[in-house]
Amino acid sequence: MTTRDWLLEDSPTSRWQANAGRAYRVFTALLRNPLSVVGGVIILVLVLTAIFAPWLAPYSATGQDLANWLAPPSGAHWMGTDELGRDIFSRVIWGSQITLTIVGLVALISAPLGLLVGAVSGYFGGWADRILMGFTDIFLSMPKLIPALAFVAALGPGINNAIIAIAITSWPAYARIARAETLTIRHSEFIAAVQLQGASPLRVIVQHILPLCTSSMIIRVTLDMAGVILTAAGPGFIGLSAQPPLPEWGAMISRGRTFILDQWWVATMPGFAIIIVSPGFCFSGDGLR
Amino acid sequence: MNAIDLKNLDISYGDTKVVHGVNLAVAEGESFALVGESGSGKSTILRAIAGLAPDWTGDISVLGRARSHGVDRAVARQCQMVFQDPYGSLHPRKTIDSALSEPLAIHGLGNRDERVEAMLKAVGLDQRFRFRFPHQLSGGQRQRVAIARALMLEPKVLLLDEPTSALDVSVQAEILNLLKRLRREQGLTYLLVTHNLPVVSFLCDRLAVMRHGRIVEVAGVDQLKHGQLVEAYSKELLAATEGANRAAG
Amino acid sequence: MSTLLKVENLRVSFPTHRGRVEVVKGISFTLGRERLGIVGESGSGKSMTGRAILKLIRKPGLVTADKLEFEGIDLTAQSEKQMRSVRGARISMVMQDPKYSLNPVMTVGEQIAEALVTHQKLPRREIEARIIAMLEAVRINDPQRVAKLYPHEVSGGMGQRVMIAMMLIPEPELLIADEPTSALDVSVQAQVLDIIDDPVTRKGMGLILISHDLNSVSRYCDRILVMNSGVVVEECAAGELANAKHPYTRGLLAAMPTINESRDELPVLDRTQWAGT
Repeated sequence: MTTRDWLLEDSPTSRWQANAGRAYRVFTALLRNPLSVVGGVIILVLVLTAIFAPWLAPYSATGQDLANWLAPPSGAHWMGTDELGRDIFSRVIWGSQITLTIVGLVALISAPLGLLVGAVSGYFGGWADRILMGFTDIFLSMPKLIPALAFVAALGPGINNAIIAIAITSWPAYARIARAETLTIRHSEFIAAVQLQGASPLRVIVQHILPLCTSSMIIRVTLDMAGVILTAAGPGFIGLSAQPPLPEWGAMISRGRTFILDQWWVATMPGFAIIIVSPGFCFSGDGLR
Repeated sequence: MNAIDLKNLDISYGDTKVVHGVNLAVAEGESFALVGESGSGKSTILRAIAGLAPDWTGDISVLGRARSHGVDRAVARQCQMVFQDPYGSLHPRKTIDSALSEPLAIHGLGNRDERVEAMLKAVGLDQRFRFRFPHQLSGGQRQRVAIARALMLEPKVLLLDEPTSALDVSVQAEILNLLKRLRREQGLTYLLVTHNLPVVSFLCDRLAVMRHGRIVEVAGVDQLKHGQLVEAYSKELLAATEGANRAAG
Repeated sequence: MSTLLKVENLRVSFPTHRGRVEVVKGISFTLGRERLGIVGESGSGKSMTGRAILKLIRKPGLVTADKLEFEGIDLTAQSEKQMRSVRGARISMVMQDPKYSLNPVMTVGEQIAEALVTHQKLPRREIEARIIAMLEAVRINDPQRVAKLYPHEVSGGMGQRVMIAMMLIPEPELLIADEPTSALDVSVQAQVLDIIDDPVTRKGMGLILISHDLNSVSRYCDRILVMNSGVVVEECAAGELANAKHPYTRGLLAAMPTINESRDELPVLDRTQWAGT
């Protein structure tokens, strides 16, 4: 029996086989969608770039070569150099680590937080719902960038504070989605059945409601990732996020702004990186749907 | 001791009262039917006994113990429910195995593998169904799983909410046979809600006819079989069913 | 009896990862100005047959037929645009659940009016009169009031009657009713079927009643087709159903409990004999 037969077996013989089989089916369905394959490849390249940055980058990200400053793209410097003579290509490669960290941490903080707040609020209803959702709505009513900027300004500039600020401003949208999903699931008979078996509210929420919310949440998070990258670039652009000499893409664009007319590559190259990576998340999110 | 005792039971949903002053006693080991049309309050009574319709006044006791208004762990061991829709009553992301193990985990019972295997056998499902997901099962197979899940905690009382009305005739026959056999083997008490009088005739000992939230008549199944229901509304219901059956006769 | 609909070798198939699967496997029948019942269990292909006649099977589903002829029109050759003038106006369809078939933001009266004016132009006054008359015909007591209600304000039985009013108001020559009563109470079921029956007896409309319920079909139809896994296994006059010959039909009849049930166990169909499930 091949692995494929084992995965597609109609009558699995263990829990592990059943779950692996389902994952495999989702995976093959994704492969049939060309857009999601493109998105997946882009994300894979980003991850690999981040992991292998030390080997991929031809130069150091911070090493200055003032003799060679603002050199246009050439064989030696594929994307040219910036005002301190640093190789932009190397900086973009190292920057992928920062971008991935921001995206990953934001997803890890805000999605579970939103999921939990939304599920609790939707499941219990009443006062819990009103208080939690009132709080959520306050955050939702503000444009994302404004509170993020305010937080960074208050906490002090720096990449970690930028991540926290973005995470704090992005959970309310997830809470709203999770609540809406919970409301539709809450009255279904399979939830009534576990309640009748004596399951505690915590158990019902964590084991029975959350697994059903997560799939739409994952889709939503991947679709939002592009936005997160841009939001992250925002504080970076104003200089409130990554501090020099960290090669954060937004910060790089910001520094390149000064030379945009004569040395276009300084701002454009990291811009390209953002433009390519953002749709990568969008496509894969779209495919998951 | 009665399996289910209802005294002066009023049940409301929000501001509307849907069940008015119901008194009912179901003996242990009995199979009792609540029949009526939609909106008669029959399902609501079932949900109140289960703990899913908490807004009631009066008394509900299960096996001699008064029950609280909400869902109750102690009642869970004695009284379980089977729902109408075999598609909506199983969690779409959980295998049959985890659906059946869940009640054991909640109540900290051991020997889960053996219990699940034994229960699958009892409801007539092959072991190869154990790790399948609900979407890989037919409606009848799902309803078998739902019955198995209800029986995992070895309750004495089973509340059945239209357990066969979403199924095809031939599958309905299988599930009815299964319910009849399980009751005989495990000495269960059934409280069945249905609009289908022939099902009552096959599965039950007594029935109560309901209309607009009130019990119109309580009768033995023999009265039903011989067309000897007393109240006018009961006769109407019977006539509507017989009218539909006559042609096929 | 004139022939209204002629179906020969109708096939409906859908692609799956194991190749195309036929859900209707070459069925043939003719329909005059009569009531034809199509009975079967879920997955028998009975609903697909009804939809295929109206060419309502969406891609990637595929419908083929040697002949699909309605009043001399070859339905297989009709374009989607031409089909739209047939649907509703000449062949109507009533679906199972009124809740999902009625538009929640339009009043009952507006929806019935729309069904009427899509197919013919009429002065406003006459439209209103026709709506009220139609609602009366489907035995709604207070038609003026009901016409102003929204779908969520009417009960299931009334919703289904409104649906039927919508379908009958253009006075179609053929009505396909797919499980029109299975969401309704027994006492209401009889009423709804009587309402559908009325234009058949008075105006000679053809009726195809698709249902899983052998009893109601045998009661309301002249002729019955019993379907199982995409083929017609038995065709008989409604009165003859009790003498059905095919083991599947006999099995179905026996599996139903009766009001005076004395059997300790109901006979169960041996599925392996007819289908691979």
